[in-house]
Amino acid sequence: MLKYILKRIVMMVPVIIGISFLIFAIMNLTPGDPARLMLGESASNEDVEALREEMGLNDNFFVRYFNYLKGAVQGDFGVSYRSKVPVFNELFSRFPSTLKLAFGATVIMVVIGIPVGVISAVKQYSIIDNISLFSAFLLTSMPAFWLGLMLILIFALHLGWFPATGVDGFINFVLPCITLAAAMLASLIRMTRSSMLEVIRQDYIRTAKAKGAGERRLIMKHSLRNALLPVITIIGMNFASMLGGTMIIESVFAMPGLGTMTITAVRMKDTPLVIASVVFVAIAISLMNLLVDILYTYIDPRLRTQYSKR
Amino acid sequence: MADKLLEIKDLNVIYETDESTVYAVNGLNLSINEGETLGLVGETGAGKTTTALSIMKLLPEKIGLIKKGEIILDDINVTNATEHDMRLLRGDTVSMIFQDPMTSLNPTLTVGEQIAEVLELHKKDMNKEQVQKRVEEILELVGLPAERKSEYPHQFSGGMKQRVVIAIALACEPKLLLADEPTTALDVTIQAQVLEMMKELKDKLNTAMLLITHDLGVVAETCDRVAIMYAGEIIELGTVEDIFNGNKHHPYTDGLFGSLPDLTKKTRRLSPIEGLMPDPTDLPSGCPFHTRCNKCMDICKTEKPKITVDNSHMIKCHLFK
Repeated sequence: MLKYILKRIVMMVPVIIGISFLIFAIMNLTPGDPARLMLGESASNEDVEALREEMGLNDNFFVRYFNYLKGAVQGDFGVSYRSKVPVFNELFSRFPSTLKLAFGATVIMVVIGIPVGVISAVKQYSIIDNISLFSAFLLTSMPAFWLGLMLILIFALHLGWFPATGVDGFINFVLPCITLAAAMLASLIRMTRSSMLEVIRQDYIRTAKAKGAGERRLIMKHSLRNALLPVITIIGMNFASMLGGTMIIESVFAMPGLGTMTITAVRMKDTPLVIASVVFVAIAISLMNLLVDILYTYIDPRLRTQYSKR
Repeated sequence: MADKLLEIKDLNVIYETDESTVYAVNGLNLSINEGETLGLVGETGAGKTTTALSIMKLLPEKIGLIKKGEIILDDINVTNATEHDMRLLRGDTVSMIFQDPMTSLNPTLTVGEQIAEVLELHKKDMNKEQVQKRVEEILELVGLPAERKSEYPHQFSGGMKQRVVIAIALACEPKLLLADEPTTALDVTIQAQVLEMMKELKDKLNTAMLLITHDLGVVAETCDRVAIMYAGEIIELGTVEDIFNGNKHHPYTDGLFGSLPDLTKKTRRLSPIEGLMPDPTDLPSGCPFHTRCNKCMDICKTEKPKITVDNSHMIKCHLFK
């Protein structure tokens, strides 16, 4: 198992190099001159040219990429063109709030999504099931920015229960987390429901019933664990994508997160910062996938033997 | 004669779906005495499994319905019993071995946990150690090493899984065991082993058994009495002697035996029964078998045959009035 985990982590290296090359190439091919953007329209051509030379922008593409890689391997990911701060610092000043946001939204999602999904599967076609179906549709069809604004309007402006912006304390994250969880909640409820429905029709559930097991036991001990695999995949994927930043939520609630930072960096042709944040997201997603795979083996013993062999 | 353990009177079961109503069991009468083995034989779709599921009250929810009739199991009327009462009965007084051992075990629980569960549910006075001891005992009883209790179902072969399923069914020493084609999914060598084992266990624990099968060889070897089922009815019932050696038979039973290869006689071809079972959503009038019967008379098409009884032997056919 440990061998498998190490192998997976080693396999991430070529992926990360590939991603950094791709982003580097794309940033290079898109129009726009970082030096010009930094100095502004009024700057003279000579000044821009001097800056280009200073930043090494006039070198051959491959030379520049290898210089970048050389630095990266030594732990130097470059300096943001715009703020002159090392990108690493820039990234990690933004990361905590993004992580808190993603974590909070995931907790809300799991705590509400799984029980509701299970109940609507067990009581299929009941009123509860229909209500959950209806709210799931409602949640998916509400755009995040609209829901965010509505929540601010009601809970921040009218009721004054939560602040509308900021990242200072726990209370600042309540509304953004709810907004972020809402859209994903729907898919989680539906996934849990369909997965549960499939499991409770299995023969081994009938075997458990034939043993005299009650409904509670059937659900908690026999069905849930078997139904959880696809559900965990969804949670893991959502969590990883949230780590990449959530532009809309960050904008609506005026939070300094990774999403807004990346978008600004792309617009400013701030190549080191763009690469750093994209690579960061890639690592986060790979690690999340690995974590999900490890979780699988705890849930399903069949997979455990499969991995231990490798 | 021993006490009656199970009595089914005029059982009618339907499956109701949006498109149609399936008449799965139609006026079935059956009884099993304590310690007795009754073979229930019939083609696929004759209503054998439905009968067993009705006894457990495990018919598919909302679709399967007991329309009429009574099932008395160990002096309890199953047809009126609440879900709570049934839960106490299932696994304790009556347990069931299901058709497919490959899918009947929960893949995420160890074999030991699955056997222990029945005990935890019904033998509340047993402590953890006693339960574990009993699990080991019952595993040895079905011919599996006790130390394999901590393994998962996927680590067992098909025959071994069936043994586990049997171990679960026998853990609480039920009075009645419903074995629904326990050997169909197994290959022939394992079949013989499993049957032999079930016979031994039955004798040891004095369990009554309803053995559902379409294998007449299995019936001859393990059963005391045999019921032949066709289109949801029992059309012939008797001791193994009556069915295998008697000279009066329902034409369908004759047909069943005619479909078996006989090594002692020289015949060029087998003589299977022509045609198929009638559509259970649209059963024919009169005797359900008349559409395929080679001795069909006019009366068979219009009137349901009455039961003719000759000692232990019962036939439902117009030929023997």
